[in-house]
Amino acid sequence: MHPFTFIKAGDNNTAIKAATENAASKFIGGGTNLVDLMKMNIEKPDKIIDINILPLKEIKKLSNGNILIGALVTNSDLAYNEMIRNKFPVLSEAILAGASAQLRNIATTGGNLLQRTRCYYFYDTATPCNKREPGSGCSAINGYNRIHAVLGTSDKCIATHPSDMCVAMAALDAIIHVQGINGERKIMFSDFHTLPGDHPEIENILQKGDLITAVEIPALSFAKNSAYVKVRDRASYDFALASAAVALDINNGIIKNARIALGGVATKPWRATEAEQALIGKQVSANSFKDAADIALKNSKELKFNSYKTELAKRTLISALNKIGGIA
Amino acid sequence: MSMIVGQPLDRKDGKLKVTGAAPYAGEFVVPGLVYGVTIQSTITKGHINNIDTTVAQKLKGVLGVMTYKNAMSLHQPTGSDPSSGKFAEKDLLPLQSERIFYNGQHIAVVIAETFEIAEYAASLIKVDYNEEKSVSDIHDPEAKPYQPQQGLGGTSPQAKRGNTDEVLNNAAVKLEQTYTTPVYHHNPMEPHTTTAFWEDDELTVYDSTQGVFGVQNLLSNVLGIPKNKVRVISPFIGGGFGSKGFTWANAFLAPMAAKFINRPVKITLARSFQMFTCAGRRTTTIQKINLGADSNGKISAGKHETTSETSFVDEFVENAGVATKILYDIPNLDIVQNLVRLNRGTPCPTRAPGEAPGTYAFEVAMDELAEKLNIDPLQLRLINYAEKNPVDGKEFSGKNLKECYEKGAAAIGWKDRSDKPSANKQGRYLTGYGMATATYPANRSKASVRLKLYQEGNAVAACCTQDIGTGTYTVMAQLMADALGLPFEKVEFKLGDSTFPQGPNSGGSQTMATTGPAVRAAALEAKSKAIQLAIADKKSPLYNVEESAIGVENGRLYVINNNAKGETYTQLLSRNKMPLIDVNATTDVTLKDGEKSAAANANAKKEPDNPFAKQDEKMDREKYVFHSFGAHFVKVKVDSLTGMVKVEKIASAMDIGKILNEKTAKSQIMGAAIFGIGMALMEGSVYDPNTGRIVTKDLADYHVPVHADMPEFDVQFTDKPDYNISLVGARGAGEIGITGITAAIANAVYNATGKRVRELPITPDKLI
Ligand SMILES: Cc1cc2nc3c(=O)[nH]c(=O)nc-3n(C[C@H](O)[C@H](O)[C@H](O)COP(=O)(O)OP(=O)(O)OC[C@H]3O[C@@H](n4cnc5c(N)ncnc54)[C@H](O)[C@@H]3O)c2cc1C
Ligand code: SF4
Repeated sequence: MHPFTFIKAGDNNTAIKAATENAASKFIGGGTNLVDLMKMNIEKPDKIIDINILPLKEIKKLSNGNILIGALVTNSDLAYNEMIRNKFPVLSEAILAGASAQLRNIATTGGNLLQRTRCYYFYDTATPCNKREPGSGCSAINGYNRIHAVLGTSDKCIATHPSDMCVAMAALDAIIHVQGINGERKIMFSDFHTLPGDHPEIENILQKGDLITAVEIPALSFAKNSAYVKVRDRASYDFALASAAVALDINNGIIKNARIALGGVATKPWRATEAEQALIGKQVSANSFKDAADIALKNSKELKFNSYKTELAKRTLISALNKIGGIA
Repeated sequence: MSMIVGQPLDRKDGKLKVTGAAPYAGEFVVPGLVYGVTIQSTITKGHINNIDTTVAQKLKGVLGVMTYKNAMSLHQPTGSDPSSGKFAEKDLLPLQSERIFYNGQHIAVVIAETFEIAEYAASLIKVDYNEEKSVSDIHDPEAKPYQPQQGLGGTSPQAKRGNTDEVLNNAAVKLEQTYTTPVYHHNPMEPHTTTAFWEDDELTVYDSTQGVFGVQNLLSNVLGIPKNKVRVISPFIGGGFGSKGFTWANAFLAPMAAKFINRPVKITLARSFQMFTCAGRRTTTIQKINLGADSNGKISAGKHETTSETSFVDEFVENAGVATKILYDIPNLDIVQNLVRLNRGTPCPTRAPGEAPGTYAFEVAMDELAEKLNIDPLQLRLINYAEKNPVDGKEFSGKNLKECYEKGAAAIGWKDRSDKPSANKQGRYLTGYGMATATYPANRSKASVRLKLYQEGNAVAACCTQDIGTGTYTVMAQLMADALGLPFEKVEFKLGDSTFPQGPNSGGSQTMATTGPAVRAAALEAKSKAIQLAIADKKSPLYNVEESAIGVENGRLYVINNNAKGETYTQLLSRNKMPLIDVNATTDVTLKDGEKSAAANANAKKEPDNPFAKQDEKMDREKYVFHSFGAHFVKVKVDSLTGMVKVEKIASAMDIGKILNEKTAKSQIMGAAIFGIGMALMEGSVYDPNTGRIVTKDLADYHVPVHADMPEFDVQFTDKPDYNISLVGARGAGEIGITGITAAIANAVYNATGKRVRELPITPDKLI
């Protein structure tokens, strides 16, 4: 591990100032991703700014009915929060489908948003990787790419975004609250993460020094009819081969509104708006779910070892829709 | 007398382990200890042009960097038998040359005051390579198979009986299928670790090993120092599963580094990469099975051809056909073994080497044959049941496999199985049942034990063997307690130190079957000496009583039909001013691959002094074959939409002789069944198709089963003592549990889904 200095920030401004001044600094939340990456010499910050005593640990209901989640709320506290469980079960289920109890107890909401890919080669400094070392090449495109993305890829990078929580947040149109050296701003979830394109090393639109302070979940009445389904190689403690977050507004067997996001198959938390549109006005039925799944994956780009993902993602989505639609 | 043997007692070392008080190889406090971190090659074949260590060496706290340029030279190891020490890669002693044979080979050791400095310094070392074209995949056309003539311990990997090709050709029903298993990495919880220090010319090593004596032998041999100047200590091992059966470079690198900088050095392999490149693995297997049967299901011929991999620096044969020889009564059978050399590290034994992948392929083939024949798979096994050893017609020392089939079938509810696949469906969930036979040879070798029965009424025995988590400490103490007539709390068994009398390595599930009889003989002799002392002692209430009329219980010697008459060991020994009774026992019976090996030096061998050892050695074992059998029955539930498999229940029934401790024995079978879940459904290492470098380099990418994958377990035993193997009556648990289980799960998945996946693991993508 590269040597670094360590400071504890007592308030947001101190943290932001320190981070803005030092190009190679990093905030640390739970540290469950950052420290691993430091141990593998992938992240080499020379300054660590501990933000854990900042007052960002609350989950509260705003007057407009939205819910505001502090950036330091742990994944466990968020998943087991009563409001979240009742009103946004998809978010609770997504978080609980990820990592392990120990990790969720320390991992934070802000850190989870920024967790980095699990691409094998990204983790191996002996191999080329455009995300880790821009311009060095991508070892996965012609290598072993079983866990890689089929949506949103580029010829520079095909790595998936690994977060489960983010898939639910994408479906829920979350809003990310950020405070930077020039003040506070809000970022729509769909704008937050970026596609790899020519610059896979850039993963979101944050600027140097930006501190995530909270995530806002807009009130959504039908979000109580929501679910997260995750398919993986073992029953727990594993990243998704494919996952789906869905919420359906159903009236008399007719779908009035829908939210769909996919995980495990895309380079960022993947909102499938076209598939949502296709469901609106349709009857709850195996056929309409299948049609939606086909639409969600129609731009899928398969490689040698991940070609199964198109079909698996469709089935995963159908499984989630079935769950909400009451189809066995 | 209530027997302690057989009771499901908690482990003697259980509390030490769960409280963290049990010292493992990396946890001994050695004054002045510093840390070695090894660097591995990042190319797959070629040589090193230069290693630039200048920046690293300048770091504060760095004590030295050892490479092929400055490391001490080593002697070529002479032995190849794991019982006396087998270095895993005989042609690649560490840091002896600039040549690279595989990706992940050790090329340097950085030694520093702290682990963190050593790690950081290691990241600053620049290596310049000359890369050559490598062969790193078994399917590579450049990989040329050959037929090895010798397997592990000198066994023959090729076998033939009858006239297979012709009979196969003429069979009414034929099956030909190919099955593949991927590379498996053992991944014990405790990574390979060695702590070494020198005091003048004497070396002490704390090593995590399945063979303490072998490591001592090898260190003496390879470092070129007398054996009595090397002490190896290994009281606790956090799992090995075969990976610590052979010795790996870390065991040499630590003493080399300690000499290099003149300080005690600890080297622990890192979980990521290092545990996947230089600590062994199970090779890929490609297994082609042919079966021919008549329409009633009697199998007339079979062929089991395996191709597996080895390295360019040693030869390891994963003889997958080994169990096929003995499983069923098949008159015509060919076992063929091919080997391919690859630029990968050398494979080594992994739980039931040969049997585990072999019974997967063969027992799935049996399931496929049963379907072709329209016969229940269990029935097919009964039709071809081997009453005698199909290899040479010898009797089994004890075989109660039919009882296992009955127990397992009842426990799983085999009658609920439909012969038609994917017939059992509730909504989108499919239920299926599968079974397979398990088998493993009963191995035994030589063990010596020293036992001291103390005046205080307690006893301590010592033997240089290991407890690899299996329960040796506990079970040996149970044997001692019964034989000495002492309470379980008053006996202690010590192991894992090369200063103790030599015991077996912990491989081939032989620790108990080998050490048990020696412990028993030593304990019985100590008791007998005490009794004789009493008989001859005028002051003893037992004076002049017949030895056979005397019992010992709870540390008290008494007349069997007059309990009031007696005295304790303590009374007897203190009156006679004897602090202890000190005995040695050696039992030397070698059973390999299920047969008594014709001891070449039988005549030269000295008869044991210990009468109980003598009694054991004298037994006629030539007429038997020593093999354990069992059966696994599995129920699975498959989500037909997503392809995710849930193993719902595993019912295992094992015939392994007498059960000495039901709890530890059950844990062995359960643990092995969990390995089977891993093999069947998720485990498998992958190498980069372009570079040959390991891709699944840590436990995030190499999937082992987790709690949520656990089914309900129902482990049963026949518990029929096998007094032909020894007077202890136990054949040994352990590896048998992982044989057959993978096939049973695969067969259950087929029964549920109608999809026959012949390339493990059966991950969701293969079922949709
Ligand atoms: C073994 C393992 C298994 C896992 N399995 C899963 C899984 O199945 N599904 C899943 O979704 N996740 C999984 N994870 C990932 C886990 O969810 C993340 O590691 C965790 O959410 C990161 O949160 P953290 O607080 O520990 O982040 P940290 O490691 O502290 O930080 C991560 C990044 O975020 C930055 N950061 C943190 N907080 C802020 C902030 N407030 N503002 C700006 N930047 C910030 C840090 O600088 C760093 O770059 C797994 C992790 C491990 C180790
Ligand atoms: S897929 Fe992306 S992260 Fe993986 S090797 Fe290629 S560039 Fe790197």
